[in-house]
This record gives sequence, structure tokens and C-alpha cells, in this order.
Amino acid sequence: MANITIDGKALTVKDGITIIEAIDQAQIGLPRYCYHPGLSIAGNCRICQVEVEKMPRTVIACNTRVAEGMVIHTKTEKAKESQQVVLEFLLANHPLDCPVCDQAGECKLQDYYMDYGLYDPKFNDVKVKKEKKAVSVGPTIMLDQERCILCTRCVRFGDEVTKTHDFGVFNRGDHSELDIYPGKELNNKYSGNVADICPVGALTDKDFRFKMRVWYLGSQDSVCPGCSRGCNIQIHYEKSRPYHLKTERVMRLKPRENQDVNKWWMCDEGRYGYKPIDKNRLQKIRISRSTNGSDPSWLMALEKTATVLRAAKPGAWGVLASPQSTNEELHLVKKIFKDLLKIEQVAFFAPGQEGFEDDFLLKKDKNPNSAGAAEILKVPGGGDLTPVVEAAKAGKLEGLFIFSHDLAKIYGAETLAAVRKAVKTVVYEGPNENPTAEAADVLLPSSSYAEKDGTFTNFEGRVQRIRRAVDPLGVSRPTWQILADLGALLGAPWNYTRAEHVFNDLAKENAAFKDMNYKAVGSSGLLWSRK
Amino acid sequence: MTEPILSRNFQTPDAWKMAVAEKRGAYETARNVLATMKPEDVTNAVLAANLRGLGGAGFPTGKKWQFLPKDGKKPVYLVVNADEGEPGTFKDRYILERDPHLMIEGIILAAFAIGSKKAYVYIRGEYVEPFRRLQSAVDEAYAKGYLGKGIFGTALELDLVVHRGAGAYICGEETALLNSLEGGKGYPRLKPPFPAIVGLFGCPTIINNVETLACVPFIMKNGAAWFAGLGSAGNGGTHLFSISGHVEKPGVYELPMGTNLKDMIYTHAGGVRGGRALKAVIPGGISAKILTAAEIDVKMDYDSLRNAGTMLGSAGVMVMDDTTCMVTALLWAAKFFAHESCGQCSPCREGTGWAYKIVKRIHKGEATIADLDSLLKIARNMEGRTICVFADAAAWPIQSYITKFRAEFEEYIRSKGHGIRRGVSSYTPQGSAPAVSTLESSGARRLVKGK
Repeated sequence: MANITIDGKALTVKDGITIIEAIDQAQIGLPRYCYHPGLSIAGNCRICQVEVEKMPRTVIACNTRVAEGMVIHTKTEKAKESQQVVLEFLLANHPLDCPVCDQAGECKLQDYYMDYGLYDPKFNDVKVKKEKKAVSVGPTIMLDQERCILCTRCVRFGDEVTKTHDFGVFNRGDHSELDIYPGKELNNKYSGNVADICPVGALTDKDFRFKMRVWYLGSQDSVCPGCSRGCNIQIHYEKSRPYHLKTERVMRLKPRENQDVNKWWMCDEGRYGYKPIDKNRLQKIRISRSTNGSDPSWLMALEKTATVLRAAKPGAWGVLASPQSTNEELHLVKKIFKDLLKIEQVAFFAPGQEGFEDDFLLKKDKNPNSAGAAEILKVPGGGDLTPVVEAAKAGKLEGLFIFSHDLAKIYGAETLAAVRKAVKTVVYEGPNENPTAEAADVLLPSSSYAEKDGTFTNFEGRVQRIRRAVDPLGVSRPTWQILADLGALLGAPWNYTRAEHVFNDLAKENAAFKDMNYKAVGSSGLLWSRK
Repeated sequence: MTEPILSRNFQTPDAWKMAVAEKRGAYETARNVLATMKPEDVTNAVLAANLRGLGGAGFPTGKKWQFLPKDGKKPVYLVVNADEGEPGTFKDRYILERDPHLMIEGIILAAFAIGSKKAYVYIRGEYVEPFRRLQSAVDEAYAKGYLGKGIFGTALELDLVVHRGAGAYICGEETALLNSLEGGKGYPRLKPPFPAIVGLFGCPTIINNVETLACVPFIMKNGAAWFAGLGSAGNGGTHLFSISGHVEKPGVYELPMGTNLKDMIYTHAGGVRGGRALKAVIPGGISAKILTAAEIDVKMDYDSLRNAGTMLGSAGVMVMDDTTCMVTALLWAAKFFAHESCGQCSPCREGTGWAYKIVKRIHKGEATIADLDSLLKIARNMEGRTICVFADAAAWPIQSYITKFRAEFEEYIRSKGHGIRRGVSSYTPQGSAPAVSTLESSGARRLVKGK
């Protein structure tokens, strides 16, 4: 360990770390462009200048290692001057057209000018023109060479993280240009990250470009539901603006740092997988296919469901639970269907739905909570839906409660038709439209993951929280709430008003979740206690 | 100094050929040293001789060698920096072209001292004839068994590869050179780590200049004390000075370290052309701060010139007479640095281009006095804030020309360039041939003359 002082603050830090790491640990602000903790040190932007006592000149914090007794200043005149003049150089040839730049509002040139710049600009000459303005470099990203400050974060991301070697810096001096290698396109499974790490408006995300000014965005921490990795994300949604035509509320997803799960990154599949939150949503409660007139209320729908469930013969219902549901929701599935109604035919795993997997982030299981479903439901045979679906097809079930699964997608339209024909009552609970929802007798529109609180358990048993970013769309309600009410109607002894209460009970009843609560799970998650 | 040392073969016809070179004693020293001495004997001799890196930085050579890790787990490389690109400098070219065996002998000795089995010569791409002659000398040395396995019949081996650069000035910066040699872009590397620890292909590497290595055989032959005694305190040996510009006899001169600049111009180089008045001298290549005519009574060695506020650098002495327009001189310097900045660090990338734009405006008569202060500010802000010293080198001409010739710059701006000559008159030096050279020192002259 080394004892150092930064801005008068005495710190004990690990030997051999860089000054900027020490500064970040102490949460002292310092500007940086090329430095990124997930990439190698480039030291080219030169803005992270600090003054170190006994050194003649200011040094860059990203490539200077701490030493015992080092006294570092980030805010002395000397340090501030160094930071300021470097910023002036970076802005010399940078277009000053922030009002038409999509990065405005989250641009580090803007931010640092306000925080560390505020100089009187002296540049009075013609700026260097570069060829590629708003040019597509691949399916997801646009490049604007004039806005690039050549920090090479994207170059290093391609070289070091994805190893796809997409970008390079071409030419020399102030004619240096960032570009994709000739004949290549940026088309890898993690391409969106380059827009995140680009500190300026040089690489922007086609999906988000000019969709919304960032200052209209709210942000909520959550977890990506795209696969069993459970990358930590932020949901960026539109803050309520009554005068704005609302077609979409969730505008984009951004990765959130979690060293144990996804570092700083996320895949494109997850990043652009947010569309179902605002598209093809189930908007109406339905009790029976023959119902005419006004829409039924939640009370009517749940009472109807409770009635048929209460009247069911023992063993005559099947439940297709979902690994898209939260731990809380699955816990209520277990309490209601297994414990209370004694239904044996409970499954959750849809076979044949595996997707792409690599040795980085992507997992082939495209459900966020398969581990939680297996642990909580404890169903034999891996929880495969097929035996239940086969029983339904064979006319052995009078009722089927389906959570989110689309039988047409998993087994084909014929199976759905056969099930529909053989089963008297089909209850469908889910957020999005699909043929199975269409075919159901009772339709319970549920909220998307962005509209509720809860937890997912990822592939390695890490319990992580999702949080409500936007309100449930239309009449939809979170699954845990639907189940809590249904349970109450069926006589369950509970009165849950928050997902957290369900979780607390889960923690009491399931050893894997022992001693967990929302506060303890926090923003980075907790691993199951293994027996 | 009576006897030429480094330049002793420069006027011997065909000295670049093995037969002639060996007749003049080439490889004798290396053969003896490898047979009778230990590697550390060579390092100690080089240390005691006060040999300093003659590429421009002047770092003590023996000390550099001692920075190599002692554990010896990785191979050690010797890289010879023959990317002589500093405007006003053409001394290494003479060694490469006229006495390549001298350098090869130096390489053998240095490789022996540092325990390297593989050496690379990174030669400036534009040096076509020097490359041909060097390559032919290397081939001859291999044929003779002076390179390759079992050199001079010992158990030692040394491979020598000659690699041609592709024209970037920055590749003369030693770590950019390493990147270029590895096949990468010529970007200087962040230091630390230094090349002696992590250099070529991630291995410990010593990078020495052509002339530095050419000194080593003489140190080993005549002794460290003799070599140290040739120079001034702490600056051993002689040095090849490239003298160009407005002198009667431009060329390469071998003179002891510490020779007075005034003598160099007026005694050795035949004085200012046509007896005109001296205006300014750049003592160490384009990067060195300029000296006015009143400042030339100075010893030409690393320490004396540093005390005079400039540097010996690559010992490229550029002489300017009273016909020289300082605005034009700065224009070419600024253009050079804007063109050659690698573009890696923002202060240099943006600063060199910005400065050139301002100097261009001054030159065109479209500037104001305030632009001079902007230039000085840009120069000051670039200095010391980048990975390598290129930005500093770009800043020094700006600072020194404007500070020392401020009145001329202001007058030029006020008169929008009228009444002051733009560019330099086309004057051909009269008098005798250059002392050493009969070759054109064209690269350097072109720069000073302008277009």
C-alpha cells in the first residue's frame, strides 16, 4: 500500500496503481478522454494533467503510477492551466455546432469546457475539413470524423475487447482521421458500445440519433432481460412531456458498470431489444372470447380466473410459468399453483429456443431468470414445457395458465390449435401480443420489465434488481401484483403491496435467497448462498 | 585536431567496400575485443570515454546500456537509429555511404557489450544510395563471417537486418521507430516503460545512433581516456557537424566536441557567403532554438549549448545571413512540424497545424500583432505536454524566432510583408569545395532557401 495525498486528502491506495485510479477511488473529478478503465492506456488526449510535487511539469494521471508519499494536486493553478490548454487544443478544430449535434448534453467537450475550460477561445483560423460527416460505418453506428478527437477508445475497444479490429487512425497530424478499415464494416455483436465510450459526437448510435435530446431523458438502473447473463443496464426513458407526441417511452438502454457481470459493456442484442416495451403490447383485459361491450375490469378478470381455478378438478390444470418472470413472481406462482391449488403440472422451460452464445457476455439461454425459475419452482425434469403441453393436447387438462410463452412460436401453430381445441380454459398472462395471447379465453395484460420492480437470478446465481423506469402501460399490471391479487381471491393469507414484500418472504422461505433483501442486493447484485 | 577519426575514410575511394575497408583496419578492433575482452569491459570503456548519444539527446551511451535488466530472461535487441531526418542534418548519411563497415564494427562491439544476438538498422527511406552501400557492406560482412553465427571464429552470433523507413520524420523518435519496425504506425510510445526494459517486440532494447556506434571501435582501439580527452568536460570525442546554409563551404565537418561555433562558421566553413553579415544560426537541427549573430561565441557541446538556451541536438548547423527573412524561415519550420506531427497527442496534433496557419497568415500579410502572442501561447501550451518531445521541438523555433526577432516580425505584419523581402535570394556559394563533402547537402539547403 502507498500513502499519498490528493488535493489535501490523505489516502492509502494499492501500490502501483495509476494516479487516475486513485483519483477515481477517492471520487475526485478529473477530466479524461482517452482513458477508460476497461481499455489499455493510450495517454494521447493529455487532458488528465495533474501536478505532482517535486515533478517539474504537470503529468498525465492515467500513465503515472503512485509512489509512497506522493503529493498530487488536481486543482492548483498549474494543474488547471494544463487541463485548460489541452482542452483548447482539442476544441481548436472541433466543429462548434453543438445545437445540431446529437451528442449535445452528454458531450465531454461541452461538459469539460464548463467544468475545466471557460477560457477565451483564441482560434481564429479555418478549421480542418474532414471527408466523412455522418457516414454509416455499419448497421448500428454513424461516424462523423470532424467531431472525433482521436482518443482511440473505439480503436482499442475493437482491438482489445471484441478483437474485431474495426477502427484505425489514418493520416497524420491535424489531418488524422478516425475511420473503419477499408472494405470493413462495424458489424459485431457488441458494436453499440463504441457509441457509449465515444466521449464526443463522432460515433453515434443510429437507433438513438436525433430521436430525443438527452436532457429529456430519465434514467433508471435495471438488468437486461435479453439473456441469462443479466448485464447491468440503465433504462433511458422519456420524461413526461404532455405536449410531446408519445409513441415510445423507452428511448435506449445503456450498459451500467458491474465488474462481476458485464464490466462496462453490453451486447447489441440486448441493447436494441427494448422495443417490445412500447410495441405490440397487450392493452385490454379479456374474460371470454365471446364478450361484447365494455372492457372488463381487473377485478372481474381475476374473479373469473379464481372461480375457474377453484372449481377445477384436482390435477386438471397445467401452468406454464416463465423464466422471463422475476423471482418474486415465480415465488407467487409456486405459492398459488403448487402450494395452494396443489397443481403438479408446472413447467417453465421452453425447449429449442437457444440463441447465440460466446465466451464474452452473450449466453444461449435468452431468458433472464431461468436459474431463479428452476430454484424456486423446483420442478422435476428441468421444467420442460413439453410434457404439460402434450398432456393438454391429449385432452388431459381442462385448464392451462400460460405466462408469456407463445406456443405457436415454440411448437408451431398446429400445436397451439390442438391445445386450444383440447383445453376448455386458457388463461394467458403476458406483456406482448402473440398468437397464444390471441387464442386465450382470459387475457391478463402484464407489465414489461421496465415497468416493475423485482429481481432476476442470472446464470451464475447472482440475484440482481430491476426497477420501475416507466409506469405500466395502459391497464397492464406487474405480474407479481396480478398474482398477489389472484392469490388473495383464492384465500392466500397475504396482502402484498410491493414486490419487495414478496422478496422478503422468498428470502425467508428459500435457502438460496437466505438473508437477502433489496437493500443488500443493491445495485450490483448478490450471489446465492450455495448449500 | 589534426587527425580525422570518424571521417578518416570519407575521402578514401571505395572505403565502403570490404577489401578497402579492411586494408584501412576495419574489424581489427572488434576481432581483438571479442577474442580477449569481456562484455562489461566494453561498457566500462564507453562509460569512461564520456560517449554521449550523438543522435540528438546526448544521453551517456554506457549508462543507457546499463539500464538493461540483469536477469536476461528475454532476448536483447540492438536497434540502430539511421533514420536521419532532422532538417539540417546529414552526418549519418556520410558514415552509411562512405564507411558503413565502421558502423557495422561498432554494432558488433555494442551487441557484444549488451549481449544481443540480433540487431536492426532502421535507415531513412529516402537514403537510397546509403542503403545500397550499407546492405552491400552487411552482405560482405556476412560472407566474411563477421556477422551471422560464429563471428570472427568465436562462439558468438549476431544477425543484422537493415530495414528501410517509409518517410516519416517521427520514426526517428526511438519508440516510434520501434513501432514502425514492428510493422505498426509510427507513433511514439508512452514512457515508462523505457525501451531498455520493454522495447522491440516487448523485449529489452538498446537504440543507438549511427555516429554513436561508429565511435565505439575507436574507443576500444585507442582507449577511453584518449577519446574523452578529445572533447570537452563530460562530452567525449569528436562530432560530425553538418554545416549548411549561407556559408562559403557547407558540408560535414569532424570537429572536437566543444569547438566554438564562431570558429566553425568563420574558420572551418569559410565564413558567411560573399562576406555578408551573419543574421542567425540554428546550432542543432531545425528543432534547436535559434541563436542571433551576437550569440555565436559558444562552445558546441551538449552542456554549453544548453546553458546558452538552445541545444546541440543533431549538430546540424544552419547559417543564415542578412538576406534571410525570419518570417519565411519560421514559415518553413512551422510547415515542417505541422506536416510531420504524428497526430497522436492532442496538443501537438492541433498545435502544430494551428501555429502553421497563423504563420501562413503572417507571411501573407493577413495577420495582426496579437497573432504573435497567440503563436507564443500555442508554443508554450504545446511544450512538455505530450508523449514525445516533438511538440517541444515544434515550439522552440516559434518561441526563439519571434522572441529574438520580434521587431522584424512586427514590422513585417505592419507592412503586410511589403518592404521586406519574402523568401531568400538565390545565392550560390563561391569559393572552394566543402571541406569533407563533395556530395550535395541538398536536403538541408532546400529547407533554408525556401521555394
